[in-house]
Amino acid sequence: MSLVELDGLSAGYRGSPVLSDISTAIGAGGWLGVIGPNGSGKSTLLKAMLGLVHHGGTVTVDGRRVSGLRQRERAKLLGYAPQLPQLPVGMTVTDYVLLGRTPYTGPLGRESTRDLDIVAEVLERLDLLDLAERVLSDLSGGERQRAVLARALAQRTGVLLLDEPTTGLDVGHAQALLDLVDELRHERGTTVVTTLHDLTMAGQYAEHLLLLEHGRVSAEGAPGEVLTTDVLHRHYAARVSILPLPDGSPAVTPVRESARRPREG
Amino acid sequence: MRDSRTLPAGTFEAAATSAQRPRRARGSRLRPRHLLIGIAALVVLVLVSVLTGAAELGWQRVLAELGAQFTGGVSPLSEREAAILWQLRVPRVVLAVLVGAALAVSGAAFQGVFRNPLADPYLLGAASGAGLSVTVVVTAVPQVTLGSTGLAQVAAFLGALGGVGLTWLIGRSAGPDTATLVLAGVAVSAFLTAAQTFVQQLRVESLQRVYMWLLGRLSTSGWHEVLTVVPGLCLATMVLCACGRLLDLLGTGDEEAAALGVRPGRVRALVLVAASLATASAVSVAGLIGFVGLVVPHLVRLALGGSYRVIVPVSLLFGGAFLVGADMLARTVMAPAELPIGVITAFTGAPFFALLLHTSRRR
Repeated sequence: MSLVELDGLSAGYRGSPVLSDISTAIGAGGWLGVIGPNGSGKSTLLKAMLGLVHHGGTVTVDGRRVSGLRQRERAKLLGYAPQLPQLPVGMTVTDYVLLGRTPYTGPLGRESTRDLDIVAEVLERLDLLDLAERVLSDLSGGERQRAVLARALAQRTGVLLLDEPTTGLDVGHAQALLDLVDELRHERGTTVVTTLHDLTMAGQYAEHLLLLEHGRVSAEGAPGEVLTTDVLHRHYAARVSILPLPDGSPAVTPVRESARRPREG
Repeated sequence: MRDSRTLPAGTFEAAATSAQRPRRARGSRLRPRHLLIGIAALVVLVLVSVLTGAAELGWQRVLAELGAQFTGGVSPLSEREAAILWQLRVPRVVLAVLVGAALAVSGAAFQGVFRNPLADPYLLGAASGAGLSVTVVVTAVPQVTLGSTGLAQVAAFLGALGGVGLTWLIGRSAGPDTATLVLAGVAVSAFLTAAQTFVQQLRVESLQRVYMWLLGRLSTSGWHEVLTVVPGLCLATMVLCACGRLLDLLGTGDEEAAALGVRPGRVRALVLVAASLATASAVSVAGLIGFVGLVVPHLVRLALGGSYRVIVPVSLLFGGAFLVGADMLARTVMAPAELPIGVITAFTGAPFFALLLHTSRRR
C-alpha cells in the first residue's frame, strides 16, 4: 500500500539526457502503464525511480524521498524486475528467488526461516514449486519470466516496477502473468508500474497510462483517453484502428497501408 | 500458473500464518556432507603424502613417530630422520595445502566477480607482475637464491599486488564495467611479460633460474614459507567465505544487485583485494602454479551446483587436497629428480577436467 509520486524527474547517461521533467502520481494499489515508442525512455524511467541512474527531481514513496534512503531501505520499498535479466550461471530457481530476500538478510547473508518460508510461499503462488530445484537456464521463456517475477515478489515491497514483464511470452502466457500481477495487486494492495509495448494489454491492465516520447510525457490519463488513433499516429507514427472490446476497453490493432487505401479513395 | 489463478483472494497472505505452511524452501547452502567429503579427501592425501617421501623413512616408522608425537611416546626415528620429517616433509605438505587452498579460493572469487568461468587468479596481472619483479631481482642480485626466503619472496608478493593494482587503475579510468577490467588485465599482463622477457634477454645466464621459478615449486626451507602464506590466506578465506551470497548476487548483474540493496562496486573491490592478497601470498612462496585456480572451482561447480556459498569453501578444501596430490606426483614420478609442480597440475588436471566436462554434459 504505497503512494508513489514523481516530481520533475529527469535522468540521463553520461551527460546526454534521456528523461526530462516527468511528474505523475500513482495511488496506493494503482497500476501505472508506461508506454511509448522505442527509445522514449521507458526503462530509464524505472531505473531512475530506483536510483540506478543519475537523476534529478524527486521520487517519493508514501512521502519518503527515495534518494535520501540507504540502498538497502530502498530495496525494501521498491521491487524491480528488469526487461532482460541476467541469469546467474548454474543457479537453481529457489536460490534465485532467495536473492530477493537480500535486503533483509544479515551481513553474512544467512537467510532466516522466515525468508525461506516467504520464498516457499512465492514459489507456490507462482506455481514454481515443481521447478524449484531446476537450473534457470533449463527453463522455458514463460517459466523464466515467472522466476524473475518471483524474485521481485520475494522482496515483499509495496511497489513493483516491472520492465516489460511479458517480453518473449506468447499471448496466453503474457495474459497469465499480467493476471497474476493484477491479483497480487488486489490481494496485497501493491502499487504496480510496468512498461509495456503491447498497447492493448497496457490498456486492459493499467488503470492509468503515461505515454513518453523523447523522454517527456506527451499524453497521460485513463487508457481510453490515451489510446486514440490520433495520439498513436502522432507519437508512434503508426497507422492503427481502435476497436472497442465488449468490456469497453480499447483494442489497438495495426492497419496496413495497402489495405486502407481503397477505403480512403 | 493458470491453476493458481483459481485460488481465492487472500491465499497468499493466509499461507504465511496458517498451520499448514507450504514446505520450507531449501536454498543451496554449505551442508555438512560437502565439508566432510572435502576434509576426508584432504586428510587422506595429507597423510599419504607425509608417510611417503624421497627419503626412505618407512611409512610404518613415520606413523609410529606421529603416534609418539601425539601421545608423548618414544620416537622410532633418529634425530636426522626426525628433522627430515618435521623440517622438510611436513612443512612442504602443509605449504601445498595452503597454496592450493589460496589459489582455488581466489579462482572461485575471480570467476564470481567476472561472471566468467575462464577467470583464474592470474587474470588481472598477478602472475606477470610477480614474474617481472622476480626476474628483475634475480638479474640485479645474482647471488639471491630462489628457494630461500627473503628478497625474491618479497619481490614476488609486491610484484603480484603491483600488477593487479595497475590493472585496477587502468580499468577504473576506463569505466566501472568488469569487461574493461579484464581487458586492462590483458594489456597489463602483456606489457609486464614483455618487460620481463626483455630483462631476461639482458642477462641470459639468469634464464634457467627464472624459468624454474615460473614453473612453480614447493621446496621449502622449513616453516618460514608456511608462516608467510598464513595471514593472507586466512584473511582472504574469511572475506571470501562471507561473500558467497554476494557473489551469487553479482551474477544477476550490477543493476539488479543495486536494486536489491547491494553496492556491486564495493563488493567487487572487497573480493578482488582479498583474492589478490591470497594469490600474492601463494605466488611469493610457490611461484606460478597454474591450473589449480581455474580447475578446482570448476570441478566443485560441476559436482555441487552454481552457488558460491558452496563453491568457495569447498574449493578451499579441494584446492589444498589437489595440490598435495600433485606435489606427491611431482616428487615421485621421476624420483629422485623432481618435476615442477606446475607441469603436474596441468598434466593431471587437464585430462581429468576434460573427462568431467564430458560426463557432466551427457548427464
